[in-house]
Amino acid sequence: MQAFRYSQPKSIDNAVEANGRQNSKFIAGGTTLVDLMKLNVEKPTALVDVNGLPLDRIEPSSDGGLKIGALVRNSDLAWNSDVKQRYSVLSEALLAGASPQLRNMATTGGNLLQRTRCYYFRDTNYQCNKREPGSGCAAIDGFHRIHAVLGGSEHCIATHPSDMAVAMMALEATVQLRGAQGERSVALNDFYLVPGTTPEKENVLEPGELITYVTLPPLPQGTRSHYLKLRDRASYEFALASAAVVVQVSGGKIQHARVAMGGVGTKPWRSKEAEQALQGREANEHTFRAAAEAALKPAKPLRDNAFKVELAKRAIVRALQVTTQTA
Amino acid sequence: MPKTRDPDPLVDSEEKNSADAPNTQPLFGRFSRRSFLTQLGAASLAATTAPLAHAAAATQAPAETTEKTAVPGAVPVTLKINGQTHQIMLEPRVTLLDALRENLQMPGTKKGCDHGQCGACTVHLNGRRVNSCLSFAIMHQNDEITTIEGLAQHGELHPVQAAFIEHDGFQCGYCTSGQIMSGAALLKEPIGKEDVDVREAMSGNICRCGAYNNIVAAVQQVRQSA
Repeated sequence: MQAFRYSQPKSIDNAVEANGRQNSKFIAGGTTLVDLMKLNVEKPTALVDVNGLPLDRIEPSSDGGLKIGALVRNSDLAWNSDVKQRYSVLSEALLAGASPQLRNMATTGGNLLQRTRCYYFRDTNYQCNKREPGSGCAAIDGFHRIHAVLGGSEHCIATHPSDMAVAMMALEATVQLRGAQGERSVALNDFYLVPGTTPEKENVLEPGELITYVTLPPLPQGTRSHYLKLRDRASYEFALASAAVVVQVSGGKIQHARVAMGGVGTKPWRSKEAEQALQGREANEHTFRAAAEAALKPAKPLRDNAFKVELAKRAIVRALQVTTQTA
Repeated sequence: MPKTRDPDPLVDSEEKNSADAPNTQPLFGRFSRRSFLTQLGAASLAATTAPLAHAAAATQAPAETTEKTAVPGAVPVTLKINGQTHQIMLEPRVTLLDALRENLQMPGTKKGCDHGQCGACTVHLNGRRVNSCLSFAIMHQNDEITTIEGLAQHGELHPVQAAFIEHDGFQCGYCTSGQIMSGAALLKEPIGKEDVDVREAMSGNICRCGAYNNIVAAVQQVRQSA
């Protein structure tokens, strides 16, 4: 592991200032970063420990939504009563991810910044454009069963591994950032970047910029939501395909629909195509199947991951069925 | 199979006893597995260097000299473990797991995968279970750390420890301290009552021997008697 300087600033301003140097990284839960530092995939020469910052609260936001501090641990967020009652898709997604130990460590901000589980990214013996820009992609011609069918490029087909971020996509979350230039907020959908020709750039964070909060807007009255995760094991495994759906039905018609997918995209994948196919339609299997078809229409499967196209469709249909079931 | 239970020879005797009074005799005479292996290593080193008998004095105490050598970049770190405060010099790269095992001689916490995938290294931070392999020790100077060595209180096994013995919650024993730390922590977590809920809540602890049924039985017994 590369040696690093360690600091633990007590204020957000000091943290942002401390992280302004090159090769410096924030560390919170450490569950991704320490893992990748041991593999020499991440090689920061300075770590800025943000655990002492006052960003560990879940509060109501002024518009009736929820404001989640970047240091709120995944387990605390999953078990928060507001989250369970009003944003159950988020609680379900969190509890479907990782293990209880990791959820006690991992933070809201860190979860958004998880790196891919692509085998070639994690192994420095292989080419990887994300790890070493310009070196090539070993996955495209390699073993790519777990890789993306949506949002890939000829330079990278690595999936984003987060479950939490998929639920937050369907909840239309906004990310609050603090940097040397001050504060700004970015819609989560715009926060993530598809790989294109620069797979090493995964999001719009500027060097030194810190995620401070994630805010969730209030949902229309009577909205229900659900997260369905499909994987090789029953627990403690990353998604092959997952669906986060947020739906409000009245008079048999779908009035509000948000659909996002995990395990299939190079970023947490919101499907406006699926949402359009649901909007105003009757809540039945025919509609759900049409939405699923629309969601996966842009898919570009490869030799080993073509199964994900149908798997993701079925995840969407099933999640919509569960969400719209009358009790 | 007979249910008689001898003291488990696979758990270091020093690990079993360190939670209690420090002067408790090890279970198997003066040797634990760890001290035996250490001395075996020193003996074989002496044997291979026998022709250089005049150099033997230099090989007598390699452990002590390495411990006194200052590690470049080490900084003073204070850790509160099982109610005791320890002040040690640590390089910032040292994980909490390695600090416990290598610097503080508490090898009860096990290193399995070293990447947060197996749960053998599970300890409690302020009462909550975490993977000690994925965190740097220097980040935990304000935390109350509990390891398997600190779970028993006043000479009494923790109920989860006792239940693991009663239900045979292990075969080789390597994952056991992590399993027990997880089982003890989940007693305070808001999970469901069924076996399936325990299986899900214990999914971060892998057991290669496949003692899962007995582990679930042990954890459930403690939950039901609480």
